Amino acid sequence: MALSKRHPAALFAVLAVALGTTGAAYAAVSAQTAPKVVAKTETQVEQGKQLFLEGCSSCHGLAAQGASDGPSLLGVGAASVDFQVGTGRMPLAAPGVQAMPKMPSYNEEETAALAAYIATLGAGPGIPTAEMLDTTNAELALGGELFRTNCAQCHGASAVGGALSEGRKAPSLMDADAKNLYEAMVTGPQSMPVFADSTLSVEDKQHIIAYVAELQKNESPGGFSLGRLGPVTEGLFIFTIGLGVLIVAAVWIGAKAK
Amino acid sequence: MNELEHPTGDPYGAKDGKDLISGITVFPMEPHVPRKADIDPKAAIRAERQVATMFGLSSLMIILFIVAYIQVPADLLITIPVIGTLNANHLAIGFTFGMAILLIGLGAIHWAKKLMPDEEVIQERHALTSSNEERAAVQSSLQRGAAESGFKERKIIRRSLLGALALFPVPLIVLLRDLGPLPGTRLRETIWDEGIHLVTDATYKKIKASDIPLGGLINAVPENLLEIEHEEHNLNQRGKASIIIVRMDPADIVSQQGEAWDYQGVLAFSKICTHLGCPTSLYQQRTHHLLCPCHQSTFDLSDSGNVVFGPAARRMPQLAITVDAEGYLVAQSGFNEPVGPSFWERG
Repeated sequence: MALSKRHPAALFAVLAVALGTTGAAYAAVSAQTAPKVVAKTETQVEQGKQLFLEGCSSCHGLAAQGASDGPSLLGVGAASVDFQVGTGRMPLAAPGVQAMPKMPSYNEEETAALAAYIATLGAGPGIPTAEMLDTTNAELALGGELFRTNCAQCHGASAVGGALSEGRKAPSLMDADAKNLYEAMVTGPQSMPVFADSTLSVEDKQHIIAYVAELQKNESPGGFSLGRLGPVTEGLFIFTIGLGVLIVAAVWIGAKAK
Repeated sequence: MNELEHPTGDPYGAKDGKDLISGITVFPMEPHVPRKADIDPKAAIRAERQVATMFGLSSLMIILFIVAYIQVPADLLITIPVIGTLNANHLAIGFTFGMAILLIGLGAIHWAKKLMPDEEVIQERHALTSSNEERAAVQSSLQRGAAESGFKERKIIRRSLLGALALFPVPLIVLLRDLGPLPGTRLRETIWDEGIHLVTDATYKKIKASDIPLGGLINAVPENLLEIEHEEHNLNQRGKASIIIVRMDPADIVSQQGEAWDYQGVLAFSKICTHLGCPTSLYQQRTHHLLCPCHQSTFDLSDSGNVVFGPAARRMPQLAITVDAEGYLVAQSGFNEPVGPSFWERG
């Protein structure tokens, strides 16, 4: 009774205040835990080392030698850091079978500093140059053949990703840019094998990158693509929606007219 | 010869909801409720117009179909919320043609439900057997036919006919030969042999062992596949001979199918699943597990390619490899066991 006498806007006011408070509190807490740029250092490498010690060493070890919670980073190269940190996979949101991409925690300058520091610890693949990512002379047909031979088994023929074992998966390549693709091939993040420049040449990688870019551009002429996963989603759709419509139609046909 | 076999006269069926023979109630009859269109002439006219409207709309859809076919550009893409981007021409002609046939169907059903006679009637059920007289007549007619044909007396005709009929299925059996020829050793052999170079699939480049990084994967084929590129059945050879090459820390190798079949942690395995023959190259470099995408058979390449999960019954065959004088990977020999799925004579 008392409730009904209150102004109808009261409920919304209470909700707004509650949501605002929660949001502000969360922002305050997460701001404390988010990695921060620390004291300005003279060189990029020193800045990277500082960032590493603060944000990464608890899992990867103080000298990046690896520990029970994280692998060694000796010799993984700048490309690996740029990929893992630049796509937000590192730092991990939570321990699990696979690091998932998210909003990067470090800005570009910090990522570059981390990459520069890790690169000093051991020789590894560097960040690809603009020249290496240039696909103007790439052959799409060869790229397609290489993609189907080397990539499609996990990422799918349409590059939308696919399942692996024990909860791991090959991610979709629909949003990956040329640099991400190159770095992933050359470093082999997580479950992915390494496709080094010595075995899959820079030109071959350019063919593949051009082909993936072409796949990304592909419109879906049939409309709703159902994830391009093939028979699984298509079967589910037809068994639920398709059969559902048929059942409704059958019931309508059989119903007695009034 | 009782009443049941003599259905002449009274039809079998149900009356007043009871089976005429057993007297069991077969279904409860609800009281008949007349429809609106049965009692109200206005409602009947309304229903009539509705049906005619649906048929009329169907005709309109066909006209729109022709217009859309001519007028809507074949390469025009439009974006519809939820459904996504699709070809306007396909959408227009599919929608109009589909609606045209749907409206005919809807109209017909509406017509039947609203206007066609709506009385409950009893469907009479008759016994399926013919009367004894009819059966006797058929029997005697058959016997007379057999006697008049002289099938019994004319022995030579009878025997030659039986012989012809007995031989008639023979061609069907002879044709079974086309299922062959028998595979011979083809299920057991691939074109791999001692000293054959391992080359990358699609680009056919020789592979230096020192070029393969730790955790690396290469999809490879034998170099002599190029020699038979234009021969018949070369795809069979490709299918059988495809391999994957991986490199792992030699300390990670638990066991191999033969002693020193690797080269400094570089291992080569058949790419063909031993379950049903799918190409299996979903290699997860950190666990050294090889996953088949078809039925999730999983092989541990660090442990002789043994099956760790899934329906495969046999380990993944390993190819013994080494390097030539220049450091390129070559096969030590062909596969030691048949690759691919099991077969009857495999043993």
